[in-house]
Amino acid sequence: MITLLLIFFPLVAALLLLMVKGEQVKKIAFGAAVIEFIISIAAVAQYQHNADTQFVFNMPWITSLGINFHVGMDGISLLLVLLTTFLVPVIILTSFKKAYSNPTAFYSLILAMQFALIGVFVSLDGFLFYVFWELALIPIYFICLLWGGDDRARITFKFFIYTLAGSLLMLAGLIYLYQHTASHTFDIAELYAAGRTMDVTHQGYVFWLMFMAFAIKMPVFPFHTWQPDTYTTAPTQGTMLLSGIMLKMGTYGVIRWLLPIAPLGVEHWAYFAITLAVIGIVYTSCIAIAQKDFKRLIAYSSIAHVGLIAAGILAGNVQGVQGAMIQMISHGINVVGLFFIVDMLQTRLGTRNIDLMGGIRNLNPQFAVLFLIVLLGSVALPLTNGFIGEFLLINGVYQFNAWLAAFAGLTVILGAVYMLRSYQSIMLGETSVVTATFPPLEGYEKAVLFIICAAIIVFGIYPKPLLDIAEPSVVKLVDGYRTAIGK
Amino acid sequence: MMKLVGLVPILPLIGFLIIGFFGKKMSKGLVGVIGSGVVFAAFAIAVGLFIDIQEHAQKSYTIDFFNWISAGKLSIPFSFLVDPLSSLFLLIITGIGFLIHVYSTAYMHDDEGFSRFFAYLNLFIFFMLLLVLGSNYLIMFVGWEGVGLCSYLLIGFWFKNTAYNNAAKKAFIMNRIGDLGFLLGIILIFVTFGSISYHEVFEQAKSFSSGSPVLTAIALLLFIGAMGKSAQLPLYTWLPDAMAGPTPVSALIHAATMVTAGIYMIARSNILYTLSPDAMAVVSVIGVCTALFAATIGLAQNDIKKVLAYSTVSQLGYMFLALGVGAYTGAVFHVMTHAFFKALLFLGAGSVIHAMSGEQDIRKMGGLKKYIPITQMTFLIGTLAIAGFPGFSGFFSKDEILANAYEHNKVLWFVGILTAGMTTFYMFRLYFLTFKGTFRGTHEQEHHLHESPKAMTIPLIILAVLSLVGGLVGIPAALGGHHFLEEFLKPVFEDSSFRMVHHLSHETEYILMGIAVAVMAIALYFAYKTYVVDKKLPAAEGEELQPIHNLVYKKYLIDELYEFVITKPLNFIGDAFHKVVDNQIVDGIVNGSGYVVNGVSGIIRKVQTGNIGFYVFVMVISIVLILFTQLF
Amino acid sequence: MSAIQTIPINWYLLLSAVLFSIGILGVLFRRNAIIIFMSIELMLNAVNLLLVAFSTYLSDSKGQVFVFFIMAVAAAEVAVGLAILMSVYRNSKSTDINILSKLKG
Repeated sequence: MITLLLIFFPLVAALLLLMVKGEQVKKIAFGAAVIEFIISIAAVAQYQHNADTQFVFNMPWITSLGINFHVGMDGISLLLVLLTTFLVPVIILTSFKKAYSNPTAFYSLILAMQFALIGVFVSLDGFLFYVFWELALIPIYFICLLWGGDDRARITFKFFIYTLAGSLLMLAGLIYLYQHTASHTFDIAELYAAGRTMDVTHQGYVFWLMFMAFAIKMPVFPFHTWQPDTYTTAPTQGTMLLSGIMLKMGTYGVIRWLLPIAPLGVEHWAYFAITLAVIGIVYTSCIAIAQKDFKRLIAYSSIAHVGLIAAGILAGNVQGVQGAMIQMISHGINVVGLFFIVDMLQTRLGTRNIDLMGGIRNLNPQFAVLFLIVLLGSVALPLTNGFIGEFLLINGVYQFNAWLAAFAGLTVILGAVYMLRSYQSIMLGETSVVTATFPPLEGYEKAVLFIICAAIIVFGIYPKPLLDIAEPSVVKLVDGYRTAIGK
Repeated sequence: MMKLVGLVPILPLIGFLIIGFFGKKMSKGLVGVIGSGVVFAAFAIAVGLFIDIQEHAQKSYTIDFFNWISAGKLSIPFSFLVDPLSSLFLLIITGIGFLIHVYSTAYMHDDEGFSRFFAYLNLFIFFMLLLVLGSNYLIMFVGWEGVGLCSYLLIGFWFKNTAYNNAAKKAFIMNRIGDLGFLLGIILIFVTFGSISYHEVFEQAKSFSSGSPVLTAIALLLFIGAMGKSAQLPLYTWLPDAMAGPTPVSALIHAATMVTAGIYMIARSNILYTLSPDAMAVVSVIGVCTALFAATIGLAQNDIKKVLAYSTVSQLGYMFLALGVGAYTGAVFHVMTHAFFKALLFLGAGSVIHAMSGEQDIRKMGGLKKYIPITQMTFLIGTLAIAGFPGFSGFFSKDEILANAYEHNKVLWFVGILTAGMTTFYMFRLYFLTFKGTFRGTHEQEHHLHESPKAMTIPLIILAVLSLVGGLVGIPAALGGHHFLEEFLKPVFEDSSFRMVHHLSHETEYILMGIAVAVMAIALYFAYKTYVVDKKLPAAEGEELQPIHNLVYKKYLIDELYEFVITKPLNFIGDAFHKVVDNQIVDGIVNGSGYVVNGVSGIIRKVQTGNIGFYVFVMVISIVLILFTQLF
Repeated sequence: MSAIQTIPINWYLLLSAVLFSIGILGVLFRRNAIIIFMSIELMLNAVNLLLVAFSTYLSDSKGQVFVFFIMAVAAAEVAVGLAILMSVYRNSKSTDINILSKLKG
């Protein structure tokens, strides 16, 4: 039942929120998000550390088509639910001093988004998964369209069509699988079984149909071109939702659906797909070096990070997938921190161009320290959360292919190049005209950055709680995968 | 005592946290006391650990704290290993670290970032201790990158200066290049041995045959990490630039401790190297090339810290030469003596700079002997030690390395002795130009000349004493001495011993020592003749130099080469990827598919004329056609 | 034998075909929407005629039932169609279908 509560509480909150007008709406939304987080903590407390799917709820929905409202959580789902419930209140908190027009709609949409995201992470029915997957697109579309920056109509349209096209391929893949199920049902176990009965060619079709959807969502090179524009144009909270949580739908999809359904297809195409991901890592890192717009720079760096996650998952070993799980959490936390810093800079200075900034460290050492910690998490310095994931991921890719791992590892160097470069350009040196007056941090800004920095350091030093949640499910999943491909 | 090992790194960490959070509100005196005090406390524990190891039969203790990372069969505990090698490094780090902390209380006294400086220093000590205490490669890596971070923060300590910031960034990024190699090395170790704990890895490695490719690959990957951290060719250019940091930082991080992490790593993994002769050859060749290359650059530099920086690079090359020929004890011995005399020289240089009100150009110094006698005396001792004057610490450690090199390969020995000569020459050039002759600075500077306060001179004196007697722990048997250090480190290098023992007769050793002393004497004479008797001065800025001299003075234009070969192309590629590949090609295809849909619909829509008559006509015609096809 | 059967079936067929053709031609070639409507009615009635004729000849009342349906539908269609036409006329002061080209793609 707790799963149902997790799914529907944000929806109910979003609907009730529509009745509230005025400024207190953000506080109510924040309160609702915090309650949701507490519910998820309760779920963690009840969670048994084994590979079983827990908190299951199964009810027939459209019986004639074999569609059930089947939800539940294993370690993999729980970790991502936790990420969602942790980040949404933080994201709402980041907007506390924002004066968005029509705040009621804005915060309702954020909570509606949370509803759909949690739905994606707990669905155990192919059709239900697809429904939530598409549902998640609607709130974010409106958030970007209504509160975005320059040229938002064109960019949001492109984002919408691009991801929708990907989803359609996934739907085709699901229906194709459905046709092959013994009892014509969308239930996850049946879909797994159906996929595994196919030969490598047909699993390859399924792989591509579904992988396209996931690859666009993450995004993986060369399906990434909607991302920098959308991240840059979206309002900060939208960007955070997109990068912090929504892209994990793609990586989660690969773990939950692709690896078990089409193991032979994955194995057959893994080389190709990992190569794409690795090219993307180096390629987008190089592009990030050339960026002047800090928000766009982080957008590109996000592609590089997620490329490594994708490569680690597709490598199909425990280290790679566990690394992906940890890195999804870490990346979500770090990228929200970074985009918040972008937002703070932009509201204070009126620009995102790093060349115009400088010397902020002279004016606000505290901000400099907090920024540095987030940055170090992002460049994966040991004892920050980023390192655990990156080490495991490179380790996983290495077991797949040493050369690809070496190339993927370039992110260690290139990441340091662009992050330190922008840090120097923004924070160090003498103050510029733009940065001459830098207002001190507000209470809520400190709160957000403290929470994020604390998470970065705590999970860097002691990642065990997170690793332990995911471990049994990941081991089971990877064992299943490796058995299926005969290794 | 072993139970306290956890405190060794935690004490500096606590110091960092206290000073980091409350330093601004505390008085400078209190910050200095806390900063130095925690390091001293760590030193005291380190002494206790050292004595424990020394006296007990058990030579290696593993202390587990918690399970850090686990994924599948990969399991990495957060645990420490105390054995002769790490306990020796603990002593060096905390001991010299403490002296430098004390020195800094005076040196940095007037800096507005005083408390920040001590916070960083304490954090550095913490990471450095993690590096040497870790019981597996990943903990070493944590310390490894952590000291890199502190190095970054301290080089760019005066963060308003763009050149310093660039130097800091360069140091971090160059180190990261090495770190990637190290990281891949660790992963390969895991893949090969299924563990990354020293004990298990070395135990399993023993059963590998000598020269097995996987061991060579591991050894080379780890060595890439060492090249970055210990500033070896081709990743050395960050170290001279790192002199942008405050002088105590140069002494602590960029001379005595952090840069020797590479040597520690290889000494720690000695069995892996011993079993891969190819990797050993690479290490020794890179080491000796770096030693020679950096020494030649050192001959022509005029910045007091730059000379010392190149000298550090060169001495590090020496240590790698030692590792490459299997003289692990010699390398560690040299790490120790080098830590004494190079810290001394840097701190002495700091004292000179302090006296000169920030001036670093030796062309503007001269005759400082009478103004700052203690600094001069101690600096002279340091110079004699690094030159390898008989009886000084550097003599013994260098001698051990050269003897091993001779036995291994005569060419390596020859280049080594040549480098030793150059070292003597440029160090005495530095000494003479700074302290002898007449003062060449401005009157104002001359007026300000003063000996440094006690907090600075006492560490100098202690280090001078150590530089003088530090070699006594490793007197070779040929001189009737007892190699205490070799015996102490024996348990660590035991497995590699089949390659280590050198079989030179005492006579050969005497001859080698004679040659070394002779070369030193000749170089000393030339330096004396040039800079004291003939009173020659280095060319002033902008003066025409001979082509070769100019090339050396400009450091072989390596920085410019890197700029041209790496930095510029990287920027260009980034720009091209963004503007052409991404925006035009990849996104072009995406937008192109949109345009195609748009275009096709533009053609098809023409059919929709809007003319109802036409629609009806088409309808009727179609019905008729359908009827026809259906009926006939 | 009813009165309908006094005339041979071929005549009905012929008449119906002629009426239907007139209807088609009217729809195709007239531009006045009302005339087009009338033409459509003509076509419907041609079909009705045929249905009644066949129903009588075959002594099966189903055909005639069908005619009632058609008439009801036709009446509804005329009502809707005329309503549309009225609003078109109000907007454009014309019942000429050629000016109704707003749906041009």
